[in-house]
Amino acid sequence: MTAKITIGPLLFHWPAEKRRDFYFQIADNPHVDTVYLGEVICSKRTPFFIADIDVARQRLEDAGKTVVFSTLSEVTERRDQKDVEKICDIKNNFVEANDSSALLQLAGRSHYIGQLMNVYNENTMEHLHENGAVHFCVPSELPSDALVVLGDKAKELDAALEVQVFGRTSLALSARCYHARAHNRIKANCRFVCGEDHDGMNLTTLSGDTFLTVNGIQTLSYHYLNLIGELKDLQNMGVTHFRLSPHTTDMDVVIQAFHDVLFDKATITEARDCLEGLDIEAPFVNGFFHGQPGLDYVL
Amino acid sequence: MSDENMIAPELVCPAGTPAALKVAVEAGADAVYCGFQNATNARNFPGLNFTRDELESSVDFAHQQNAKVLLAVNTFPAAGNFDLWKTAVDDAVDLGIDAIIVADIGVAAYAAEKYPEQRLHLSVQAGASSPEAIRYYCQEFNIKRVVLPRILTVEEIAAIHRDIPCEIEAFVFGNIGMMAEGRCSLTNYVTGVSTNMDGVCSPASHVRYEEDDAGQLFSKLGEQTIDCFSCQENAGYPTICKGRYTCDAHEDPYYAFEEPVSLNLSSLLPDLIRAGVTSLKIEGRQRGKAYVGAVIRAYRQAIDDIMAGREPDLTSLIDLTEGHRETQGAFKTKAWR
Repeated sequence: MTAKITIGPLLFHWPAEKRRDFYFQIADNPHVDTVYLGEVICSKRTPFFIADIDVARQRLEDAGKTVVFSTLSEVTERRDQKDVEKICDIKNNFVEANDSSALLQLAGRSHYIGQLMNVYNENTMEHLHENGAVHFCVPSELPSDALVVLGDKAKELDAALEVQVFGRTSLALSARCYHARAHNRIKANCRFVCGEDHDGMNLTTLSGDTFLTVNGIQTLSYHYLNLIGELKDLQNMGVTHFRLSPHTTDMDVVIQAFHDVLFDKATITEARDCLEGLDIEAPFVNGFFHGQPGLDYVL
Repeated sequence: MSDENMIAPELVCPAGTPAALKVAVEAGADAVYCGFQNATNARNFPGLNFTRDELESSVDFAHQQNAKVLLAVNTFPAAGNFDLWKTAVDDAVDLGIDAIIVADIGVAAYAAEKYPEQRLHLSVQAGASSPEAIRYYCQEFNIKRVVLPRILTVEEIAAIHRDIPCEIEAFVFGNIGMMAEGRCSLTNYVTGVSTNMDGVCSPASHVRYEEDDAGQLFSKLGEQTIDCFSCQENAGYPTICKGRYTCDAHEDPYYAFEEPVSLNLSSLLPDLIRAGVTSLKIEGRQRGKAYVGAVIRAYRQAIDDIMAGREPDLTSLIDLTEGHRETQGAFKTKAWR
């Protein structure tokens, strides 16, 4: 299968105009195959996203992109579940489940399994496949030897296998909003303070090292995952889709770099240099893939 | 305090070692939970857990005392390593374990298909927090009980109870992780050892304490500083979600996630029982026998008091909480969020 570049769900609470412009920009990029739309972190943000989601979907589909709708990643309140159900009700597009709360409703129809669900092994993949899953984006912490086995299983099931290759990666979810907490608020009266940090809010240790980034209830890596040097290995393992997670940096440059390596238009060194030239505040990492601490960078 | 809506809950207690299991049963546990000495359970620490032989004799002992034994097989096998989890399930069935606590869908599928008669509980590590999620696991694997994530209010637990076909187990005392269980790779990010795949959170092998020239003590996990203590303070164990950090909104160090506190729901026990919680769970397989015994005796007495209509007294438990500080976490009010 030809390698496909995907744009993962936007994790951050961007202003409507910025979000719309971003998806229009993605629509115009010829190298993107699939775009995931939907609020996956916080149901309080959902009304903002939903308001113009159809405009984004239409523009992306007119440009020939596959649009997949992503569900919330954590359900604590009834309104969270209602959001999950509304997304699962969409019948004209594939739906990506990010929490087991979506699985009953998606049973029996072809659907995607998102990165925030725990697909760690071939047996889980097989069971979810029997429920209708045809596409799996697996957790970032899986090392390469596990990906090899999952690649074989995906091929056997004729399912697609996706891995995040760029961007801050999800490390934890909580019921508590840490953005609100940082501003001495609670989730109920957060006044959407998360919207101030378009790539998340960085946490620095008492020794002055920054290693985590908060995004509402989510804790992300401060460092940016960058598997540009591992793309060929991933392809050989049977990974079919390569996920770039949206950030404020110039995503067209990011897309071009990954496209160029996947399709042999540039060397890894050339592409890596392009990425290192971007205005990204944090270093790159790839440790998880190599079975090392996630914040290591193995070259 | 007692009323007809209250059914006596089961007290489920931690057993990190065969000796702790004996203490727990003798202190009044209705059931104990434990794990094998490997990555198949979420408390895979050196010096903890059971060999197959130890578990066999412990099951015999517990059953003679009319206590149940639950086995946690509640981590997520990385692809290619699944056999170890199969063996754990096979051994559990062979040893007459009363229920296997599972989290991974693959492990649950294996157990349910091979041993349809074996009772299965859904681990907190599965993170099933809605009726829809729980019903999925019940339908697929005939789950008989769900251990709820520590992210719900009592009111929400009552609503879930009305909407699911299985029993509910809820944590009432012990360590409180801030992250949704089964969905945290913070430890792996700084140590290379995974909570989900290896069953370890903040492994002691990666913990260090470093003193600077001014006599301040820095607690570290991997290369990252988690907290700092003056010589008057007791240095806490470095767990990322209980560390102190700075950010743009907080130039002074603050507990970005949670302060080092323990969960203690003793004052909410009647509400939890009324909400339909079948089983009250005490955290702490990594704790010593004295701690386990004291907590269990206090909770045993409290449950018996509540069921007999007496006012329970759990004031002694504060001494057993982390830093002598306790919280009701998510359970009491949504304001915690």
